[in-house]
Amino acid sequence: MATKSLLQAIHDGLAEEMRADETVMVMGEDVGRAGGVFRVTQGLQEEFGEARVFDTPLAESLIVGSAIGLSVNGMRPVAEIQFADFIPPAFDQIVNEAALFYYRSNGAYNAPITIRAPYGVVPGGALFHSQSVEAYFCNTPGLKVVAPTFPADAKGALKSAIRDPNPVLFLEHKKSYRLLKGEVPDEDYAVPLDRARVHREGTDLTVISYGLMLNDVSRAAEKISVEHGIETEVVEPISLYPLDKETILRSAKKTGKTLVVSEANLEGSVSGEISALVAEHAFEWLDGPVRRIGGPNSPAAPFAKPLTDAFVPSAEKVEAAMLDLARY
Amino acid sequence: MYRYMLLARRTDERSWILNRQGKAAFVISCQGQEAAQVGAAYNLRPGHDYVYPYYRDHGIVMTLGMTPRDELLALLGRREDPNSGGRQMPGHFSSRELNIVTASAPIGVQYPQAAGTALAFKMRGEDGVVLACGGEASTSGGDWHEAMNLAGIHDLPVVFMIENNVYAISVPEKFQVAGSIAGRAEGYGFPGVAVDGNDVLAVYEAAREAVARARRGEGPTLIEARTYRMTAHSSDDDDRRYREREEIEAWRLKDPITRFEKYLLEHGVLDEFQRDELDEEVKAEVKEASAYAENAPFADPDEGFAGVYAEV
Ligand SMILES: Cc1ncc(C[n+]2csc(CCOP(=O)(O)OP(=O)(O)O)c2C)c(N)n1
Repeated sequence: MATKSLLQAIHDGLAEEMRADETVMVMGEDVGRAGGVFRVTQGLQEEFGEARVFDTPLAESLIVGSAIGLSVNGMRPVAEIQFADFIPPAFDQIVNEAALFYYRSNGAYNAPITIRAPYGVVPGGALFHSQSVEAYFCNTPGLKVVAPTFPADAKGALKSAIRDPNPVLFLEHKKSYRLLKGEVPDEDYAVPLDRARVHREGTDLTVISYGLMLNDVSRAAEKISVEHGIETEVVEPISLYPLDKETILRSAKKTGKTLVVSEANLEGSVSGEISALVAEHAFEWLDGPVRRIGGPNSPAAPFAKPLTDAFVPSAEKVEAAMLDLARY
Repeated sequence: MYRYMLLARRTDERSWILNRQGKAAFVISCQGQEAAQVGAAYNLRPGHDYVYPYYRDHGIVMTLGMTPRDELLALLGRREDPNSGGRQMPGHFSSRELNIVTASAPIGVQYPQAAGTALAFKMRGEDGVVLACGGEASTSGGDWHEAMNLAGIHDLPVVFMIENNVYAISVPEKFQVAGSIAGRAEGYGFPGVAVDGNDVLAVYEAAREAVARARRGEGPTLIEARTYRMTAHSSDDDDRRYREREEIEAWRLKDPITRFEKYLLEHGVLDEFQRDELDEEVKAEVKEASAYAENAPFADPDEGFAGVYAEV
């Protein structure tokens, strides 16, 4: 197994799927010659040509809408939204069109498209290059929303997303692109979209997290194990919608204490849905309140460094909340 | 073509009767626009070419192969409704066999999809053509322009047909459209043609040229078919609030069906006996379809909530 960055893993996943299936194509702004603003699609146009690595005009509704039309006519498009922050113009094509094709045609049409969107706080990204948009979409039956964190999962989940007959919104935490590295299997494999991943077994509390925060959570879990003998079970949903309720509830019932951590704005968030799920279905197993950590209810991370840093929950804050809940 | 126009008209008329009888909750009508619809659709190869119709395009879907029975099953929301199994309101057409792509309600969303479908034909070097239709108000939205632009950049095999029926519910064309719709095509680098949308032969000719051009790989065409909606916007609308009766009466004199009928009679293609016979035949078909649809079962309630995700 080779060690790869998240970015490399996603790139490789795209390239392998394109090699395996000639209907798979990549489209979006700057994905061609430039290889994407983050370089995720670098080299793909050289290998697969201009048609299959297709530079679209700057028009997000068009990107998703034409991807739908391509999928109807036999293609498997992977459409890139350059930054998740620019996805609102495509919202209608995602939630009213792609997500409803199958249901509204009574099973006659589906829209097997994948929409890749880099999200999350990056230094200097500020309001319109840092948003976590997942909550807007996690209320849309017919759409799948996945946000894998680590390279191996991201590659395998991307393959599943491309092969899935439904539209999948595939969220990539952009600060993780080069920061998170991990071993990625060499052989072809797929990570199922309907199963959460238990990264660490534990008995004292459950922390459910995704995105770059998951990395902080994992570190804190090791630390408080060594320092305090507190064993944390770390669960990553992978699919934010629909949720793998079974795995989440099993863990919540096992430890009796649940904390949900992400950098998205807390109110109306996916964390809220996870908390409600645990409160509603695991109440009798709980030994403490379900807790959440997230971003403040301000639009997104502000530009100046101290302000950006203050937006994302700190590793210390996460660790303190874990300890506090464990001792509750 | 005359037969399809008549079929669309008589089915539409029957829909209003079912609405007045309290059996049909919602009617969205094609009356007045049959020439544009049938004239354009007559050039397509059903099941090979793709169509993105809008909610008034009863004439298009019937020319491609949908029947009065299909239409009335949809109107009454029955399980057998081929479009959506009774899930969507009438006028949201869909047929996998006929390549009529499942339609939505938000105006204009079909255009980027149509451009994408045309792009797939182009990528594979196939000679398929895509027809995408909408009313004049659908040219006010960004999606239309985005799709026109993409089609123009890549010479996509798509025909955009705008059925300009003067009103968008109550808002007249002059408050909806700046300049000329047909004229806009020039800005996107392909031909735009304005055609009398009540003249089925003129629309047929314009669409024939547009479809042939697309098949030859020469790119898109925009057709603006000028016509008039003779009914209210829908069965929920009262058009007395925004237009004069005299205006409708004036347009009734230009009814595309009477006009074509007159042409056929004058040129000896049809005689009065044949005309009456055809009308009887169409009426009988619609009547039978109506009886069938009224007696057809609804889907079971739980079927209405299943089938949200496609299985691998
Ligand atoms: C995005 C959106 N906004 C509003 C509506 C409500 N609406 C339905 S039809 C219509 C008028 C459309 O006019 P036009 O496109 O000219 O077609 P016509 O009905 O005149 O044939 C409106 C405003 C809608 N369906 N979609």
